[in-house]
Amino acid sequence: METIYLLIVLAPLLGAIVAGLFGGRIGRGASHWVTSSGVGLSALLSLYVLFGFVTGGLEVFNGAVYTWMVSDGLRMEIGFLVDQLTAVMLVVVTFVSFCVHIYTIGYMAHDEENWPGESLAGSNSYQRFFAYISLFTFSMLMLVMSNNFMQLFFGWEAVGLVSYLLIGFWSVRETAIFANLKAFLVNRVGDFGFILGIGAVAMYFGSIDYAEVFARAPELANTQINVWGDESWSLMTLICVLLFIGAMGKSAQVPLHVWLPDSMEGPTPISALIHAATMVTAGVFMVARMSPLYELSETALTFVLVIGATTALFTGLIGIVQNDIKRVVAYSTLSQLGYMMVALGVSAYAAGIFHLMTHAFFKALLFLAAGSVIIGMHHDQDIRNMGGIKKYMPVTYWTSLLGSLALIGFPGFSGFFSKDAIIEAVHFSTIAGSGYAYFAVLAGVFITALYSFRMFFLVFHGTGPRDEHAKAHLHESPKVVTVPLVLLAIPSVLIGFFTMEGMLFGEWFRDVLFVLPQHDTLARLGEGVHGPVSMVAHGFAGFALYFAAAGVFAAWYIYMKRPEIAERIKSRFGIVHRILDKKYFFDELYQALFAGGSRGIGKLLWSLGDRILIDGLIINGSAKAVGVVAGWARNIQTGMLYHYAIAMILGLLLLLTWFVI
Amino acid sequence: MFADWPILSLTIWLPIIGGFLVLASGDKAAGATRWTALAIAVLTFIVSLPLYSSFDPSTAQMQFVERLPWIPLFHIEYYLGVDGISMPLIILTTFITVFVIIAGWEVIQYKPSHYMAAFLIMEGVMVGVFSALDAMLFYVFWEAMLIPMFLIIGVWGGPNRVYATIKFFLYTFFGSVFMLVALIYMYFQSGSFDILGFHGLKLGLSEQILIFIAFLMAFAVKVPMWPVHTWLPDAHVEAPTGGSVILAAIMLKIGGYGFLRFSLPITPDASSSLDWLIITMSLVAVVYIGFVALVQQDMKKLIAYSSIAHMGFVTLGFFIAFMILANPDATSGAVLGIEGGMVQMVSHGFISAAMFLCVGVLYDRLHSREISDYGGVIHTMPIFGGFMVFFAMANAGLPGTSGFVGEFMVILASFRADFWFAVLAATTLIIGAAYTLWMVKRVVFGKVGNEGVAALQDINNREFLVLGSLALAVLILGVWPAPLVEVMDVSIEHLLKHIAVSKL
Repeated sequence: METIYLLIVLAPLLGAIVAGLFGGRIGRGASHWVTSSGVGLSALLSLYVLFGFVTGGLEVFNGAVYTWMVSDGLRMEIGFLVDQLTAVMLVVVTFVSFCVHIYTIGYMAHDEENWPGESLAGSNSYQRFFAYISLFTFSMLMLVMSNNFMQLFFGWEAVGLVSYLLIGFWSVRETAIFANLKAFLVNRVGDFGFILGIGAVAMYFGSIDYAEVFARAPELANTQINVWGDESWSLMTLICVLLFIGAMGKSAQVPLHVWLPDSMEGPTPISALIHAATMVTAGVFMVARMSPLYELSETALTFVLVIGATTALFTGLIGIVQNDIKRVVAYSTLSQLGYMMVALGVSAYAAGIFHLMTHAFFKALLFLAAGSVIIGMHHDQDIRNMGGIKKYMPVTYWTSLLGSLALIGFPGFSGFFSKDAIIEAVHFSTIAGSGYAYFAVLAGVFITALYSFRMFFLVFHGTGPRDEHAKAHLHESPKVVTVPLVLLAIPSVLIGFFTMEGMLFGEWFRDVLFVLPQHDTLARLGEGVHGPVSMVAHGFAGFALYFAAAGVFAAWYIYMKRPEIAERIKSRFGIVHRILDKKYFFDELYQALFAGGSRGIGKLLWSLGDRILIDGLIINGSAKAVGVVAGWARNIQTGMLYHYAIAMILGLLLLLTWFVI
Repeated sequence: MFADWPILSLTIWLPIIGGFLVLASGDKAAGATRWTALAIAVLTFIVSLPLYSSFDPSTAQMQFVERLPWIPLFHIEYYLGVDGISMPLIILTTFITVFVIIAGWEVIQYKPSHYMAAFLIMEGVMVGVFSALDAMLFYVFWEAMLIPMFLIIGVWGGPNRVYATIKFFLYTFFGSVFMLVALIYMYFQSGSFDILGFHGLKLGLSEQILIFIAFLMAFAVKVPMWPVHTWLPDAHVEAPTGGSVILAAIMLKIGGYGFLRFSLPITPDASSSLDWLIITMSLVAVVYIGFVALVQQDMKKLIAYSSIAHMGFVTLGFFIAFMILANPDATSGAVLGIEGGMVQMVSHGFISAAMFLCVGVLYDRLHSREISDYGGVIHTMPIFGGFMVFFAMANAGLPGTSGFVGEFMVILASFRADFWFAVLAATTLIIGAAYTLWMVKRVVFGKVGNEGVAALQDINNREFLVLGSLALAVLILGVWPAPLVEVMDVSIEHLLKHIAVSKL
C-alpha cells in the first residue's frame, strides 16, 4: 500500500518538476499533459483508496517514509497517516485539482495577452502555471497525509508558498504583487501561533507524532502551566488556541481574513482550487485531525466557535455589497469557512469535514463558472456590466444555478445536508457561545441566499450587457471549460444525499474523529434523523429553509423586480453601506497600524539606535575620544629626555607602591 | 583509510601555498591564473571531503589529529583536530570558496591574481581557525584572517571602503585583544595552550566571568551580536561580492564556533550565570534588527541586517541550553538548541552566500544596489528571478529549505527555556518574511522599472552553476538534515555533559 500512497503524492510532484524546469523546452501541450496526467493518476489512486475504506478492504496506514532528523530524542519524520479522514481529503483535493487542471487548459490558453510583449517571464507562463498547480497539489497532499506535526507544518507553509506564487502570478500587476505579499504575511501571523503550538506539543508530549501525542493527551488533560507570573493556564487550551491561530490564518478567519478577498488577484482556476476548495480548508482539516486535543479544552472550543460564527455572519454581509463577481464568491467562501469552524466549535467535527467536502465541490464549481463568465466578458469582472448572459452561456448558466442552489442549501442538494447538520448541531450544543453562534448561522442562511442570488440574477438574468461590443462577442466557453463545470456539478448536487448518513451519523469517522459523549451534538441530531429523506423532512420543520427562501425572494424582488429599491436602501443606509463597502475598515486599520507601524519602528531603531547611539555616540564617539586623548598625549611627548626620565621614575614609584601595598 | 593522512594540514596549506603561487604568477595570463585558482579551490574541497566521509560520528574525541611541537619554549604546538562541531564548518568553508572563485571569474578585472590569491589564502586560514586545538595557533589564524579580508575590501571595495575597512579592523581587533589576554592568563594557569586542556581547567567564578567577557568581546563582534554589529552592514556594502559571501557565509560562523569551543566549555559557570545577557542580546538581534532590515534601501545592507538577525538564532540556541538545564519542567531540549544553532550556521552559510551572490549578479549589470533602481527584473531575467525568489523564501525560513531547520529547532528548544523567548524568536516568521519578500516584490516583481532593467541579460552558465549548486545545497539540507545532525550529535552531547558539571 505504501507504494500507492507514495505514488499519490509523487505523481503531481513529478509533473510539477517536469513542467516547471523544462516547460520552456517541452512546450505547452506536453506541459499540461504531464501535469494533468500526474494529478489524474493521483485522483484515480485516491478513489481506489477511498473505495478500499468503503468496502473495508483497507486498514488504516500509519508509517514513516524516512527520518528527517533525530535531535535530543525528538524524532522528526516524514510519514503518512491514511485513514478515513485522509481518504476523503485525498479524493476532494485530487478530484478538484484534476478538474482545475483541465479547466486551466482553456482558461489560460491566451495568457500571453496578460503579459507585456517583451517579457521573458510571460513567454512560458502557461507551463509555469501548470507547474504551480501541480506543486500545490503535491503540497496539499503532503499536508493531509501527514502523520506528524512537523510535516503538517511543511505542507502548511508549502501551500502558502504556492498560493503566494499564484496570487502574484501576473506579476506586472501592482495589485497582484501587493495581494500576494499581504497574503503571505497574514498567513505568517497565523503560522507564528502554529509553530508555538508545535513547540508546546514537542515540549510537553516529548513527541510530534500524532499517534503518540493523541495517546498521551488524556493524561495531560488537566496540566496547568505558568506562562506569565503565577497565573496558570491549561496546557490543552494553550496548545489548541495556538494551533488555531494558525488555522485562522490559513482558513481566513476574522481577524486574519483580510488576505482572502485580495487573493482574487490570482487567475480564477487557483481561486477555485486554492482559495475555495482546498488550501483554505486546511485549518478545518487540522482542527478535525486534532479533535483528541480540542475535545479536552472547552475554552478552546468556545474560541473556535465564536471566531467561526463571527466570520460566518460578518463576512457574508460584505458579500451583499460587492460588485466584482469573484469577490462575491470570495466573501461567500469566507462565510462558509466560518460555518465549518462553527461545526468544529460545537464538536460536530464530522459535520465540519462534511461541509468542507460539499463546499469544495460547489464552491469550486461557482468559481470556475464565474471564470467562464469572465472569459465570456473578456475579463470584465463587474457584475453591474453583466446581465442576460443566460442565453449566451447555457452550460455555465445551468451549472451556476445548481452550484448556487447547493450553496444556499436547497433541500436534497449536497449543501443542504452539510449546512443543516451544522445549524442543528449548534442548536443542540450547550457550550459557551453556542447561543450567539446559532443566531449567526441562522442569519447567515438568509444572507447567503441574498448575495448568491443577487449575483446570480444580476449576471444571468435581466437585460443583456450594456456594452454592445461585449454582447457581440459573448458565447459559451470551450469544452475544456464546460466539462469540468459539469463534472463538479454532479457531486455538488448528489454527493450529500448519498454520503450524509455514513459521514454524519455512521461508522465512517468513528475511530478517526474523537468526540466526548457530553459534546456529541451530532449524535443527538442523529436520534431524530434516519436517512436523507428524513433529513429533508426535518429541514422543512426548521427555520433555515425558510430563511434561505426568503433570501432568494428578497434578491429577486430587490435586484430584478424593483431595482430602484436597491438604490433607495443604499442611500437611506449610507453609513451601513459604506462600512460594508469598506469591509469594516480592516484593511485601512492594518495598513496604518502594522505596515506603517513596523516601518516606523524600523526607521526609528535604525536612525536612533544604530546610527545615532551606537555608531554616532559609541563608535565614532570613541574614535573622537581617542583623537582627543591622542592630541593631549602628543603634548607629553616633548622629545626632552628629562621629561621622560621623570615619567619613568614616577611610574616606577607608583608600581612599587602598588606591589608593596 | 584517510585517518592517518594529514588531511587538515593539506586543507589548510594547499590553498595558502596555492594562493601564493597564484599571486606570484601575476596578471599577464589572467585566464590561466583563474583556472589555476579554481583548480586549487576544487582540489582543496576534494581533499577536505574525507573529513566527512571518514569521520566517526560515534565519538566526541578529536579526529584527524596532528600534533607537533611548534615553539617548545612556550609549549606552543602545531595541534590540529576536528570534532562534530568544527568538521561541518570546514566543509562549508571549502565548499563556499569554490563558488566565490567562480563568482569572481570575469567580474574582477583589476588584479585578478591578487583577488584569487586573497580568497585562497583566506580559505586556508579559516580552515586553520576551525581546526586549531592550540590556543596560540588559533589566535594566529584568527588574526591572520583579518589581513586578506582587509585587503579584499580595501582594494576591490566600493567608494567608502576606507571607512568600512577601518571600522571592520578596529572592531574586530578591539575584540580579539581581550581574547589574547584571556588565553595568556589560562596559559599561566595550565602551563600550555592546549584548548582541550583549558576545558578541564578549574577556574573560580570571578575568573570565569572575566574570561567569559573577554571571549564575549571577541566572539560577539565576529558574530556579530547586537549592539556591536554596526561594522557588518558597512563592511558588506563596501566589500566586493566575493568578500561579502566569505564574510557572511564563514567569517561570522567563527564567532559562533568560538562560543562552542571556548566560552561554553571553559567557563560553564560564567556562561550559566550570564546566559540572560546573551539571550537578551540574541532576542534583540532577532526583533530589533528585523525591524531595521525592513527599512533598508540598499539590498546589501538589508541582507547584512538579515544576517545579524539570523545569527541571533545561533547564539540564542547556544545559551538557552543553560536555562533548559535549569528548568525543571523541561526534561530535554538543551541539545536541540545547540544543534539548532549549528544547523542555522551551516544553513546561513549557504543562504546568505546565495543572497549576496544574487545581489552581485544585479550589481555586475547595473552597478547599483539600491532597491529603487530595480523592479520587474523577472521580465528580463526569469531564471535569475526564480533563484532569487527561492533564496528569499529560504531566507524567510520556508520549510523544505535549510533556513527552516535551524530556526525550527531553536524555536522548539527556546519554548523549553521560557514561553516568551519562543514568542519573541518566532516573530522572525513574520518580520523575516516581511523584509525579505518586500525586497523581492520591489526588485523582482512588478513592471519593468527602467531602461536599465529592460536591457538586462539573464544569468549566464557560470552564474547558473553557482546559484544552482547553492540552491541544491539549501534544498537537500532542508529536505533531509539528518546527515548533518548525525555527525554533530555525539560531540554536542559530550559538550553538554561537560558544561552541565560546574567547575566551582
